[in-house]
Amino acid sequence: MELTRRDAVAALAAIGVGGGVVYGATELREGRGPGESGETPTSADDTGALLETTVALAEIIYPPEVTETESFVRTFVSGRIEDDDARREAMVDAADALDADARSEHGASFRELEPEEGDALLETLGMSQVDPNPEGDERQRIRYYLVNELLYGLMRSPKGGQLVGIENPPGYPGGLDAYQQGPE
Amino acid sequence: MSAADRTPSERVDVCVVGAGPAGGIVAHSLADRGHDVVVLEAGPRVPLAERLERMERHQRPAHDWTDVWGMDGERDAYSSTGDVDYPLNRTRIKGVGGTTLHWIGYTPRFHPKDFEMGTRYGLGTDWPIAYDDLRPYYAEAESELGVAGAEDNPFAPPREEPFPMEAFPPSHSDSILGAACEELDIEVHSVPQARNSEAYDGRSACVGYGTCHPVCPSGAKYDGSVHIRKAESEGARVVDRAPVQRLEHDSEGERVEAAVYATPDGTEHRQEARQFVVACGAIETPRLLLLSQSEQYPDGLANSSGAVGRYLMDHLLYLVTGRLMEPTEQHQVGFSTSVTHQFYDHEEATPGSFFVGFLNYAGPSPVEAALDDGGWGDDLTAAVERSYGGHIGTEALVEQLPNPNSRVTLDPDETDDHGNPVPQIHWTVGDHGRTTAEKAIEVQRDILDEAGARVDYATPADDPLSGSHPMGTTRMGDDPAESVVDRRLRTHDLENLSIASSGVFPTGGAMNPTLTIVALSLKAAEHIHDDL
Repeated sequence: MELTRRDAVAALAAIGVGGGVVYGATELREGRGPGESGETPTSADDTGALLETTVALAEIIYPPEVTETESFVRTFVSGRIEDDDARREAMVDAADALDADARSEHGASFRELEPEEGDALLETLGMSQVDPNPEGDERQRIRYYLVNELLYGLMRSPKGGQLVGIENPPGYPGGLDAYQQGPE
Repeated sequence: MSAADRTPSERVDVCVVGAGPAGGIVAHSLADRGHDVVVLEAGPRVPLAERLERMERHQRPAHDWTDVWGMDGERDAYSSTGDVDYPLNRTRIKGVGGTTLHWIGYTPRFHPKDFEMGTRYGLGTDWPIAYDDLRPYYAEAESELGVAGAEDNPFAPPREEPFPMEAFPPSHSDSILGAACEELDIEVHSVPQARNSEAYDGRSACVGYGTCHPVCPSGAKYDGSVHIRKAESEGARVVDRAPVQRLEHDSEGERVEAAVYATPDGTEHRQEARQFVVACGAIETPRLLLLSQSEQYPDGLANSSGAVGRYLMDHLLYLVTGRLMEPTEQHQVGFSTSVTHQFYDHEEATPGSFFVGFLNYAGPSPVEAALDDGGWGDDLTAAVERSYGGHIGTEALVEQLPNPNSRVTLDPDETDDHGNPVPQIHWTVGDHGRTTAEKAIEVQRDILDEAGARVDYATPADDPLSGSHPMGTTRMGDDPAESVVDRRLRTHDLENLSIASSGVFPTGGAMNPTLTIVALSLKAAEHIHDDL
């Protein structure tokens, strides 16, 4: 299942990035939205590093059925931080923390690790057991601002829903047909 | 006047305390008739654009239910001392729109028997008004809220015209449980609800976010802010973040003179008015009256009957859920589409009234499951599928009877952010409720069994969940010795003080209360208009 930039636009529109509900209804149909031009926010080097880190992380945490995640992740994360400095800073901080852990364990930043090494690092950090908490300790913030952020973007999009057989996942304004229909 | 100006207006015609659905309806109704209205609301204004952020707070596991609408502060403190814990801050919202900001949106009318419990069954008491008295207000309320519904309910009370909008069609899982009900000779029908099945009153049709309870980001679900906006467009003034501390009366004790409210900077102000309407729900309304004690009214304002705070009822909520070995397509919409009122009207006194609704959101949502599980990669899909698939469920709302010892009082030990005693809630269930619950749970189990589901949860009959419908604490009646307000919704004790709230319900039935609250609010506004 290929993830596209359009899927990211859909995920963003549903949570109001780019102008809220009105944006969602119009732009979603037309497939336009933040990041559509392919430009990466370049206001700071750390934002670019954040995008690289999240792309690398998505490759590990997204289900293997999902392919071509990079443009989805770049578009989604760019949209999320575009007008939200607090979220951008929190995500950059979490990415920095993950990098520090990566350097300590493997001598390189997280985005430079092989997927197997990144996966092992997440295991080492106990990421499956950590409670996500935006105001918690370092590992809790990594779980909240990076791992769950990416999973949230995926699972409330129609493509993410399809992974588990749901056409209109909660949080996505997919209309009123899906709930009436039986499984395909 | 800017929104941030929280100083009082010069003496107005009407001061409404509370900007929920009752306060909004009263304010709009009176402003529309040309009266000068001020609304004082304890909570903040909540722009529609913020709702997506609140939805995210609801969906992501780091946040609690009360975080969604900010209902966990010192402002909202309370204590619970009854047989069953009363989770007050999970049941209510303070803000412009009130608790309807997070309600599910169901709007059935009460049945005629709900008004006649004393006469019919020797239980509780009769209302001083009958279904027929309220019937025109019900029709008006359905129009004001925008109710989608169908006339397919053979158990519903008589009505005079079609619903404003067509009902939402049944869900896939309704078809599973509906087939089971057919085998059991249980008749199933649609659910009237204040949710747009088409564009209505300037608001969009439902677009299926699926998070109605607690957040509708599209505004397709009605909430009280709709009529607050309408009231403002008719000239009413709404002051947010202005919790009323007490009501002050004149030297004769016959009229309320002012509502004393606090503002975020710590200042207290007095809003004077010719008429006052308290519309703060069935917990804060009696609390405000009790906080307004004076030398003349040492037991609290409008409390010569001693009934203020007593007779607290809720609808007892019972969930029975299970799993099927097939997909049930849950969580693609956030509201129910099928229900049965077959067990509502009854011959014998006990078991009493209940209804059973089919859930379209049984079990964890796939988003919750993915973010909660902690797994990733290969493990993620399997974990979510395991968690999401095959859930099915029913809910029942069950009637309980009024009991003077089930009550709201002022906590002698704890105060809020303004130094006022917090509400102490002593909620009791009672034998009638428990016996009725046993019958409801039996029906719910029968339906799931017939559908082939393996039941995995049933709320215990003696430990119900709150239906989030507090009622009864400022009851309506003709006898001033036994009730707080009369049939005009005006307090017996003070001639310019009315109450618009489920607090006035003498008995609570088992139907979701908001449509009845709105119908009574329209009635109250009519009487206040006559008085002005």
